[in-house]
Amino acid sequence: MKPEKPPVLRIAEAEAEGFFASGLEYSPPVRGMWNIVHMGMLVPEAHQIYCCAQGCLRGVVLTAAEMNTMDRLSWITLTEEDMFNGTLEQSLTEGVSEIIDKLPVHPKMVPLFLSCMHLFAGCDFDGVIADLSARYPDITFIDCYMTPTMRTTIPPVPQTCRQLYSGLQPRPVDPAAVNIIGCDRPTDPDSELVQIIRNAGLTLRDLTLCKTYDDYLQMAESRLNILWLPTAHAAADALEERLHIPQIYLPAHFDFEKLRDNYVRLCDALGIPCPDFSAVIADADAALRTARAEIGDMAVAVDYTVVTMPFSLAKLLCEYGIQVKYIIAEAAGEDAEAFAWLQANRPDILLYSPNNVNMLHQHENPPEPVLAVGQKAAYYFASDRFVNFVVNGGLYGFSGIRKLSALMIDAYHNPKERRPLLRHKGWGCESCLLS
Amino acid sequence: MKNVATIIPCYAADTSGVCAALYELGGLIAVHDASGVNSTYATHDEPRWEDEPSMVYVSGLTELDAILGNDEKFIADVVSAAHDQNPAFIAICGSPMPMMIGFDFDAAAREIERRSGIRTFSLHTNGMHAYAEGASEALLTVLAEYAELDVEKQPHSVNILGALPLDFGGAAPVQSIRTWLSENGFSVISCLAMGDGISSFRKAAGASVNLVVSYSGLAAAQYCFDCFGTPYVCGVPVGAAFSAQLADALRQAERTGENAYPCASRSDAAARTAVIGESIYAGSVAAALSVSGDPARLICPLPYADGILADTDSDAESEDGISAALAEMQPETVIADPLYRFILPQQTKHIRLPHYAFSGRCFETQIPDLTAARFDTWLAANKSIQSECTGF
Repeated sequence: MKPEKPPVLRIAEAEAEGFFASGLEYSPPVRGMWNIVHMGMLVPEAHQIYCCAQGCLRGVVLTAAEMNTMDRLSWITLTEEDMFNGTLEQSLTEGVSEIIDKLPVHPKMVPLFLSCMHLFAGCDFDGVIADLSARYPDITFIDCYMTPTMRTTIPPVPQTCRQLYSGLQPRPVDPAAVNIIGCDRPTDPDSELVQIIRNAGLTLRDLTLCKTYDDYLQMAESRLNILWLPTAHAAADALEERLHIPQIYLPAHFDFEKLRDNYVRLCDALGIPCPDFSAVIADADAALRTARAEIGDMAVAVDYTVVTMPFSLAKLLCEYGIQVKYIIAEAAGEDAEAFAWLQANRPDILLYSPNNVNMLHQHENPPEPVLAVGQKAAYYFASDRFVNFVVNGGLYGFSGIRKLSALMIDAYHNPKERRPLLRHKGWGCESCLLS
Repeated sequence: MKNVATIIPCYAADTSGVCAALYELGGLIAVHDASGVNSTYATHDEPRWEDEPSMVYVSGLTELDAILGNDEKFIADVVSAAHDQNPAFIAICGSPMPMMIGFDFDAAAREIERRSGIRTFSLHTNGMHAYAEGASEALLTVLAEYAELDVEKQPHSVNILGALPLDFGGAAPVQSIRTWLSENGFSVISCLAMGDGISSFRKAAGASVNLVVSYSGLAAAQYCFDCFGTPYVCGVPVGAAFSAQLADALRQAERTGENAYPCASRSDAAARTAVIGESIYAGSVAAALSVSGDPARLICPLPYADGILADTDSDAESEDGISAALAEMQPETVIADPLYRFILPQQTKHIRLPHYAFSGRCFETQIPDLTAARFDTWLAANKSIQSECTGF
């Protein structure tokens, strides 16, 4: 029987804006992607507080529990009565105060997360933040939002990313410092991006490198915000508007020319000459050729969690003769140009939905053995030969291509048990499941 | 404040209880909630998710559909998924946002059933109550739907009611309870809701007595009592001595037709051991200790029913309330989930009894099977382990 909402289609038949019909959603047991709790833990000396219904709390609280960071997160439950008795703001203020008063030391920052219910109930969040700030002048309170119902306006990850930088206050500009913002892990120090910054004698600031709250505050001094993940746009825009820090977006392409263009733009912004990339390009080229030779004609599946531009990656791999046959993604997004190239040049690539209900048993009958690039690809194609990271894993640029090629070769030759790796929540985070 | 926690987790919510109760029955369960929210259940509340796929889905509610009252999207999506997957039944339940917008689950269920031709239930969760509330309604609903009336009573037979991974961790303890029943001369007609399907529930009225192993099974047990005249006994066979009492209670209930609550049989105000957890399971642990000469009290932060708690027990449910109960009691030993360690009084010995509904996957490999004499062995081994009450 043909499904009403098929979970797979040829790329040639797909619309870039959205590949699959909307419907009920399935959640595969693949947990490497970060959530808002993981992100909030990046701010040193911060203590997250969530106020929402029990069902919503459960996921965030146990995220912290699995990270062994229960001492950095507290919560307040919402009840039906809170919605009706007119004390929504007061109980929020009193609940947060009670938590703070019980902590052994005052945190430097409290990201306070409200829920969809607060927004629908018209909660005066500004008033709550003002009251708390007056009561605890030594603490910076940040309004944050766990509002997945509002994801079509702004999804939780970019929204949290934006809010976590809202604790930065105006400071004199340090012309010798720049930020990389919006990342959940440091950008690879071997990348040309970091090398350009370091070789120019500039200080690189990054939330993921901050050890103290003062380190975090120093990010307000930087002369430029560099972002390379699309989820950082809202944060960069807010910082440009509020602190007048200019921004430059360097998308994580898998295209030599576009990467070179990124670096030219970066060097222009920094006012430095652009280096010669011949050697690193040659290295990336050689690594891809080696990958092709080693992997041969084995089918490759790529998913949208492993890199922000999976179609750009797939195009590059195809150009080197690597047999990308399957891509798991919902839409082309900022990757529309590479998507169009694949439609024209590899029309038989199959697109799979990440969460269509008819993917429930996909892993039980994969079409063929694959080398998987990404956790969801590994799960749905039941492959122990897989590259295991999320959101580019800190890799960037020509060196990123070289390293990813090496990881693909390693995955091909060295299968790994996927189950414990895929169930680890928040790739790269500490986890009690691993101890 | 009763709704504030500084450092301990919250228990799984009612929506997870619904999903867990219906997980093995071949139905399609649609939770009306925002995209991605089902990963909480799938990750933290459902140990079967990786090995036994089940049709548990989320609707992906958006703000526009919520504000505009676009109920049709939910109904059509459920019908479409049911068309593709041909479930034995459909169950729909809700989260906070449908409650806020007044979504009519009963009407939606009727419409889904009309369009799909598949029996559809509405379950009245809103994500603001404990898992046991949702599981209780779900188990009652399926039993009332599928249990046939004209089934001959089988002597020495039981239904196990309220068996969920959220309380027992995995299949092994439930299998052990089945074995224990068999060793005591009882056959198992059905187990709600692990290891058996709808076909077993059809014969549930044939049981001569029901064994209720958690609060989640109590409403179903009361239904069987009211409709089939089947008495029930509340308790989990924990420890050799208490298990023997429980078996006797089953035999007596079968004889007299009266319900019994062995899990609440303790009353020593001078108890030096506290057990924190689910009313019937942790209550049975406390009862087992008391039977063995180590009087214990239960602190039950979860829903309970009349007759399930002893007079000396506490129903403190908040972090503050539990801390106060412990401070008042000054126990020498606390048997509780490892994540309670943060709020136990210093110098207290903490025997770790992981509870999946509390700490999820964190200690999943350490969840013990306490059935019958296994509990005595487990307790003896754990009494010799150094405790850790860490505080902040």
